[in-house]
Amino acid sequence: MATNVQSPGRETLRSLFHNPSVLIGGIILAIVVLMAVFAPFLGTIDPNQTSTSTRLKPPGYEGVMKVYTDEGRVKVPVVYRMGSDTLGRDVYSRVVYGARISLVVGVAVATIAIAFGMVIGLVAGYFRVLDSIIMRIMDGLMAIPAILLAIAVVSVFNAGLLSVIIAIVVPEVPRVVRLVRSIVLSIREEPYVEAAITAGTRVPTLLIRHVLPNTVAPLIVQGTFIVASAIIVEAILSFLGLGIPADEVPTWGNIMGAARENFQLHPHQILYPGMILAVTVLAVNMLGDGLRDTLDPRFSKRF
Amino acid sequence: MVSYLLKRLIATIPVMLVVAVFIFLLLRLTPGDPAAMIAGDYATEAQIAEIRENLGLDQSLASQFVIWIGNILQGDLGESYFFKKDVTELIAARIEPTLSLSIITIIFTVAIAVPMGVISAYKQGTWVDRVVMGFSVVGFSIPVFVIGFGLIYVFSLELGWFPVQGYQRLADGILPWLHHLILPALALSVIFVAFIARMTRTSVLEVLGEDYIRTARAKGQTENKVLVRHALRNAAVPIVTVIGFAFAILIGGVVVTESVFNIPGLGLLTVDAVLNRDFPTIQAVVLLFSFIYVLINLVIDLSYTILDPRIRY
Repeated sequence: MATNVQSPGRETLRSLFHNPSVLIGGIILAIVVLMAVFAPFLGTIDPNQTSTSTRLKPPGYEGVMKVYTDEGRVKVPVVYRMGSDTLGRDVYSRVVYGARISLVVGVAVATIAIAFGMVIGLVAGYFRVLDSIIMRIMDGLMAIPAILLAIAVVSVFNAGLLSVIIAIVVPEVPRVVRLVRSIVLSIREEPYVEAAITAGTRVPTLLIRHVLPNTVAPLIVQGTFIVASAIIVEAILSFLGLGIPADEVPTWGNIMGAARENFQLHPHQILYPGMILAVTVLAVNMLGDGLRDTLDPRFSKRF
Repeated sequence: MVSYLLKRLIATIPVMLVVAVFIFLLLRLTPGDPAAMIAGDYATEAQIAEIRENLGLDQSLASQFVIWIGNILQGDLGESYFFKKDVTELIAARIEPTLSLSIITIIFTVAIAVPMGVISAYKQGTWVDRVVMGFSVVGFSIPVFVIGFGLIYVFSLELGWFPVQGYQRLADGILPWLHHLILPALALSVIFVAFIARMTRTSVLEVLGEDYIRTARAKGQTENKVLVRHALRNAAVPIVTVIGFAFAILIGGVVVTESVFNIPGLGLLTVDAVLNRDFPTIQAVVLLFSFIYVLINLVIDLSYTILDPRIRY
């Protein structure tokens, strides 16, 4: 029941830290966040620095990069921990910096999708006249498989971070709308909401004070899963060459995309970023599972 | 039953209409003149104007939409900017690989996921259960192209058991066809298996607590028969529902898997179309996939009466 959903108090917080999936997922995620924040200090070089003399080297290769600066040609010794790609860029540096894009896209998509989904869902759940129109549109959007919808949206814009975020937000919004709407519909029938209506509470106040707080816990859980799926979809788009271009910013997806042609000779350039990507998504999903079990027991039975 | 069928069929019309309007507006609002793109770089102003008139691009947005929908209903999906061919023809040539990959994936998935879920539910709380549940969380987190490259690395490059990439037509023999499809289908089925094994487990667990299971055991029915005939049969409806939802994941996965394994199907066509900004092809493929998805879920809804005779419409 809706009344079971409380804002996280001290009791909830304690049980969160005792949940093994929250703990393990949280620790792994914290490491990835630290990696993204401190990327320049982790023995990395400029991830976009190309070097024609040291192209396609195996992991562990020690070589010299010829870098052209204002003072002329400078020779920089470099260790390619994960090898170098077709342009001589250091795959290790690209993988470390790539964590930034994955996290930014994940969090940005979840925040934007929830913001839009919450407003639309509140309106649909509360104003019966608009409900059927809004939900028909949402049903239509949900009939387009998410990755395909993202691909269609991204094809319209020029490739880049913003267009990728928009493309992933669009298919996520209807799912948030559905969730918020279903919560609003059940809350509307609660005696305290009816009492507030009788007392003459204005609609915006009613929605914000009485209805909105009930959506917080389910939305935190949903938001975590959106982060995980957004990270995967960004990687897929960039891997296919439809997302963020590899010469602008390194992302785990476009590192793998760039390594496709040489996969038979240099499989590690795909397998390393692939593994880190998988572990990150796994951590977010574990966090989501744990949060769902503690914050939102109603949904823990669903799977 | 017939009136329900009609009602459900009619209910899919607004859904497909929303899809069509969305796809139409999305790609019509893009910068660039479609007529100029079809005509190519060396066309004269007059030629472009003629194409524009033929396509109805000089009319209002609403009448353009009506013309577009009318053409689609007659099987005319327009002409591809990039391939310079009818999109209908283009799609027809790409259906076989995609359909083959999807069918083999579904066979793999059901053959692996359902027994996994049933065993996991039956052995609830044991290490078998924990392994299955662990696999389902992990399987849900590894992107399909990472699994694909992992499989290619181990089974094609290291062991040499399977071809690295490519596709063989079914007409060239069933064995080479299967040989090329096993790895991609396996890669694609992992996420599907994770999803369905989990759902099967939950669904069977719920049923195992029912009175009729105890009755079946009490009358001396063997455990296998209890599980398959009584438990699984009654747990079927939610499992089949989730298979329907998972088709969206499958369709998305097809696009990625075909790119990894270089299978010339609809997925690869989609990627090529987007890379070349070939909007008529993008529109057609998205519309087609959405239509298939809606249709599959309709069929699944209707299959409930067969799976569970208690459900009557």
